[in-house]
Amino acid sequence: MPVASPTLDTIRAIVAEHRHLEGPMLPILHAIQEAFGRIPAEAVPAIAEALNLGKAEVHGVVSFYHDFREAPAGRRVIKLCRAEACQAVGSEALSERVLARLGIDWHGTTADGAVTIEPVYCLGLCACGPAAMVDDTLIGRADAERVLAEAAA
Amino acid sequence: MKVYVPLDSAARALGADAVAAAIRAEADRRGIDVTIVRNGSRGMVWLEPLVEVDRGDGRAAYGPVTAADVPALLDGTLKGHGRVEDIPFFARQTRLTFQRCGLVDPTDLDDYAAHGGLAGLRRAAAMSGPEIVAEVTASGLRGRGGAGFPTGIKWKTVQQAAADRKYIVCNADEGDSGTFADRMLMEGDPFSLIEGMAIAGLGVGATRGYVYIRSEYPVAIAVMREAVAVARRRGVLGPDVVGSGRAFDMEVRVGAGAYVCGEETSLLNSLEGKRGTVRAKPPLPALEGFLGCPTVVNNVISLATVPVIFEKGAAHYEAFGLGRSRGTVTLQIAGNVKRGGLFETAFGMTLGEAVEEIAGGTASGRPVKAVQVGGPLGAYMPRDRFDTPLGYEDFDAAGGLIGHAGLVVFDDTADMLKLARFAMEFCAVESCGKCTPCRIGAVRGVETIDRIAAGDPRAAALLTDLCETMKDGSLCALGGFTPYPVMSALTHFPADFATMKEAAE
Ligand SMILES: Cc1cc2nc3c(=O)[nH]c(=O)nc-3n(C[C@H](O)[C@H](O)[C@H](O)COP(=O)(O)O)c2cc1C
Ligand code: SF4
Ligand code: FES
Repeated sequence: MPVASPTLDTIRAIVAEHRHLEGPMLPILHAIQEAFGRIPAEAVPAIAEALNLGKAEVHGVVSFYHDFREAPAGRRVIKLCRAEACQAVGSEALSERVLARLGIDWHGTTADGAVTIEPVYCLGLCACGPAAMVDDTLIGRADAERVLAEAAA
Repeated sequence: MKVYVPLDSAARALGADAVAAAIRAEADRRGIDVTIVRNGSRGMVWLEPLVEVDRGDGRAAYGPVTAADVPALLDGTLKGHGRVEDIPFFARQTRLTFQRCGLVDPTDLDDYAAHGGLAGLRRAAAMSGPEIVAEVTASGLRGRGGAGFPTGIKWKTVQQAAADRKYIVCNADEGDSGTFADRMLMEGDPFSLIEGMAIAGLGVGATRGYVYIRSEYPVAIAVMREAVAVARRRGVLGPDVVGSGRAFDMEVRVGAGAYVCGEETSLLNSLEGKRGTVRAKPPLPALEGFLGCPTVVNNVISLATVPVIFEKGAAHYEAFGLGRSRGTVTLQIAGNVKRGGLFETAFGMTLGEAVEEIAGGTASGRPVKAVQVGGPLGAYMPRDRFDTPLGYEDFDAAGGLIGHAGLVVFDDTADMLKLARFAMEFCAVESCGKCTPCRIGAVRGVETIDRIAAGDPRAAALLTDLCETMKDGSLCALGGFTPYPVMSALTHFPADFATMKEAAE
């Protein structure tokens, strides 16, 4: 993912672009994360001011949702499904193998910043699990080799 | 030659994009005229990527197809399945909601109309609001998102509320494990949902709609956005819906990875830009929903079923089903199964039929141990409940729930104690934090199950008590229904909690 470093001007422009929407907060946060790969601390007061909210309120929203990150992720993000239908076809063993190979735990990033791994609870691929997603690439009947190869690509 | 290669997420996860690229390259190399249509899935996931080839004499199905199969596919020498409609899994279905999914080009509005699309909306456009609501009521349609609440009654409340602004909100958060019908429908036949929402808008007098799609569904988000743009350009959405003189427009919104945002009031908070905490009811969203205005909140499948009800008439739809469960149920067969996928059938088939005959048992070839029906908040059904017919009341009587109609099959290697622990862990991770029995109780639940595993003889009774407290003291079904998977595992599979049993003896 190409990621820009955050500037207040860009943040303000993103906020201005979505302000007219009914319920603009999530679209703003998604756009900011898309642009910078995270929700930078500077964004919180800028959003609060534009939407006439308290900073604590904006921070409360950011921290509620699993998707929004305050620190940048690795260059590739692996998501492995841990939900029931994938468990029924061996997702747990798959996860253990991938985590061991990368030498990190859930939500961790490899030391070289190449890969972050996140758990996900269902990708809607429950009839062809175990399911994985590497950035936007979906993998069904996943095995560790395939997932790691995709993340290395 | 026309070749259909699904754009569906499951087909892609199994290599459909590489197959489409190989077909394009091989056709160019041979200099033959091949049009590739990226359709939705026909729902037979074990055959994906399922490619259909039309050489002018109907569509012939092949699958699973790999890139290496492409030369033989274009030669016509690859072994196939004949017509999709003749594959037993497909032939046994009653396809109403999914009648077009996989058949049409998802974002081609003319293709949609050529297959019965827009007939329902045109009919509704000539009816008054109360007449539209009455038709939905007569169809017997109940919410497919989980609770099974009669859709007509919900619409009537919104229709009768006096307000300048009303909304239609489609719940496309589909967070339940083992469910993918919403995703398949949005990817394969998005106009059905748009048409259903427009009919809902005309019915209750709402002029604006939102589809709240979970962020884990990038393909569905992209297809829906494109379809909304096409529908607006072609006058299906906008100030004058199909020439009716009435307005309805809609927008796609994306969630941010919170399971609880599938709960309707939490979803509304999220849509408003707040934390996705659950609101106390009353007030009902039908009276005070999005931004405080009367709002219909319905699941994708509920809304996407509305067009066929208006196209074929409420009586046609109502004629299918069992007891008070009318019409069809869109089963999602998942987990450890030989034939997984989407199976639409009239309510009334038994659970055992679906698992043994339709799904063909497990993929591992081992005996089925349990089936979790209705997502992470649904019960684990043991084999001795396989005679339960798929119907809301019947499942309730058997101690389960149909929910969004996902069936997750486990073979005899499944460890039910571990699955019960997972249910509590999931509840703890996803709790919105508003009530103590859910927020704290789920954490205690994990600890208590660990004590059972460690052989503490009193822990099972504690777990049962804790489940009672969660059931009675939770504001929504996340805390309130987590006891279903937990207690069903404990009651039906005592051997897996055997350390507890041994200690008690
Ligand atoms: C924790 C929780 C999660 C839910 N998730 C969903 C969901 O993902 N999709 C859905 O349609 N309904 C979900 N529901 C049910 C909704 O609250 C609501 O009943 C539904 O959107 C109403 O639409 P329907 O009447 O068409 O089913 C969930 C409920 C709870 C308590
Ligand atoms: S039961 Fe759990 S998720 Fe539901 S309102 Fe209470 S704390 Fe929130
Ligand atoms: S449970 Fe893993 S994709 Fe649905």
